[in-house]
Amino acid sequence: MSDDNPYALSHLDVLESEAVHIFREVAGEFERPVLLFSGGKDSIAMLHLALKAFAPAPLPFTLLHVDTGHNFPEVLEYRDRTVAAHGLRLHVASVQEFIDDGRLRERPDGTRNPLQTAPLLDAIERNRFDAVFGGGRRDEEKARAKERVFSLRDEFGGWDPRRQRPELWQLYNGRHAPGEHVRVFPLSNWTELDVWQYIAREKIELPEIYFAHEREVFQRNGMWLAPGDWGGPRDTEQVERRLVRYRTVGDMSCTGAVDSDAATVDTVIAEIAASRLTERGATRADDKLSEAAMEDRKREGYF
Amino acid sequence: MTALDSLTDTAMTATSLLRFATAGSVDDGKSTLVGRLLHDSKSVLADQLAAVQDASLRRGQEAPDLALLTDGLRAEREQGITIDVAYRYFATPRRRFVLADTPGHVQYTRNMVTGASTAELAVVLVDARNGVVEQTRRHAAVAALLRVPHVVLAVNKMDLVDYAEPVFAAIAQEFTAYAASLGIPDVTAIPVSALAGDNVVEPSAHMDWYGGPTVLEHLETVPVVDDPSHAPARFPVQYVIRPQTAELPDFRGYAGQIASGVLRVGQDVTVLPSGRTSTIAGIDVLGRGVDVAWAPQSVTVTLADDLDISRGDIVVPTEGAPAVTQDIEGTVCHVADRPLTVGQRVLLKHTTRTVKAVVKAVPSLLALDDLSLHADPGQLAANDIGRVVLRTAEPLALDAYADSRRTGSFLLIDPADGTTLTAGMAGEAFEGGRGGIGRCADR
Repeated sequence: MSDDNPYALSHLDVLESEAVHIFREVAGEFERPVLLFSGGKDSIAMLHLALKAFAPAPLPFTLLHVDTGHNFPEVLEYRDRTVAAHGLRLHVASVQEFIDDGRLRERPDGTRNPLQTAPLLDAIERNRFDAVFGGGRRDEEKARAKERVFSLRDEFGGWDPRRQRPELWQLYNGRHAPGEHVRVFPLSNWTELDVWQYIAREKIELPEIYFAHEREVFQRNGMWLAPGDWGGPRDTEQVERRLVRYRTVGDMSCTGAVDSDAATVDTVIAEIAASRLTERGATRADDKLSEAAMEDRKREGYF
Repeated sequence: MTALDSLTDTAMTATSLLRFATAGSVDDGKSTLVGRLLHDSKSVLADQLAAVQDASLRRGQEAPDLALLTDGLRAEREQGITIDVAYRYFATPRRRFVLADTPGHVQYTRNMVTGASTAELAVVLVDARNGVVEQTRRHAAVAALLRVPHVVLAVNKMDLVDYAEPVFAAIAQEFTAYAASLGIPDVTAIPVSALAGDNVVEPSAHMDWYGGPTVLEHLETVPVVDDPSHAPARFPVQYVIRPQTAELPDFRGYAGQIASGVLRVGQDVTVLPSGRTSTIAGIDVLGRGVDVAWAPQSVTVTLADDLDISRGDIVVPTEGAPAVTQDIEGTVCHVADRPLTVGQRVLLKHTTRTVKAVVKAVPSLLALDDLSLHADPGQLAANDIGRVVLRTAEPLALDAYADSRRTGSFLLIDPADGTTLTAGMAGEAFEGGRGGIGRCADR
């Protein structure tokens, strides 16, 4: 630690304390919070922080997974095992159901990430959730850099970046009208590296696809995608076996693997630190759609 | 050390965290300075830089416009201005940084107050050709008002004044004197050229006469932790943890983040506003039992006695417990578009407690450029800074903001729709009473 002071705290201690404070503020001020849990590393770190915030009592809220139907099996298995291990309650909002009953239509490009918004807002409305914890980080993406920790959503779930409340000190204003809700981002000030360092420090288990493994993949738009029921590969796309890992975990149709031999948390950390690409730039096709793709999705009510 | 070694060090080492804010207009070269810090500390990655280059080319700019790194919103890109505070993150092997980049023109006061509220350091930029101007004085005043502990004066564009020491020395002297009159305790003046890279990350080859640190060196070494043992302990209760399980049928833990000072097991404490007393029986720091904990740790505290304590109460040492009050006077920055008026009914949020309050008086408006006071403005409009007198429905254990940024700050909220109206700081505005009138009502 660089500060020669008996009261010095590491950056992880400070970030952890801040995130726990945010969880407790929400538990103290809201009636029906829910935590978005995808089985991705950010939501896993977020759940770990939430469990610590309320121990030795159980988590005072439930979990919600917005399921695109294009899941990595390892991640679904991890999700169910974690829910069972901690005695949690999980809601699932299914994109597939919305497609089956005609409320949503499959996109021509096959990606389902943008389709998550409708089932998410439907689950929020049906369960009358008033606070929704998300694992979004401000370092992820430029529209997220302008996001508040407590982010008010109107009755349509929409985000208006020009009408955000100024957020001062550690005084979070969670007041909202009936029908509105607040998205809460406890990891706002964390970077990808912080999340990984925290996972290492706390010895948090992750789905194995975050670590190097051999997998059949094919190339599309400069990314390694995994074949699956979701529809890949096309006839012209060559499948090959490569040593890869995932930097982010989302819908299989638009989440790419990266070439990697990092098989442990420590080697993953070293790899990220040396990487010249952001995690979304390296692995997310949906953010490459336009300069303001994320802002547009957030305005509609996306995570 | 190779670049890769230093990056790996960044990855592996636990470091401290510095939150800082930058203030200055586009013309002062703020975006260039921020871009230089991010770029030269290797925090801008290849795909981000490529995106910025593409966007710059589409606008007909040859060089990448580093402002596009932080101007993330469509409206900002379309209008070429920064609308909202942007948070940026970067790290060196010595420290992690959270940068609140505050815009220069639109909603300027509101945004700088927001950015400065959590900052431990503020970088104020001036153009070496223009020296200390009205805007510089406004930036210094906001930093002083928000009690930002450290201020850096970056005298930029030194390349345009031939790297001349007398130019720098005169500006530094004028600013330091002004800052001292505002009660800013610590000013570090650094001559830089953000465009050429002088003294931002690397020491300048053009200014042998300057022996001090570069901007980044200073950011890496400025102390971020005040000794919490010098501050009185304040522990606002956020949440009561009651497992009510078979193993823990009677456990009652008070969860919260220590706002200031140090808590110890065995300490005699008083719970405010009720005034009931007890002793700290145990402290748990997120799963680890400890004898001592300090700000800003999030902890769970158990007490020796079964008291009726709930969210909004504050646990303080019995010795030196603050007085509680329903009459509050302070300096506020009005952040909402609709004005704050005398007689208005509001909600006041202080630490974890929200109470009803009424605006009794708005005795003065403060002009930030010359710190002159204008009596009885009648109301405060968006971005106004002024004094207010409030009466709350319930007593609060409020400290003077000068003593504690955490327990001396409050928000005023519109009870009708939840809008954040006003950011408040209890007590006198500036050190020595400059710009303030009267004192915190409970002192």
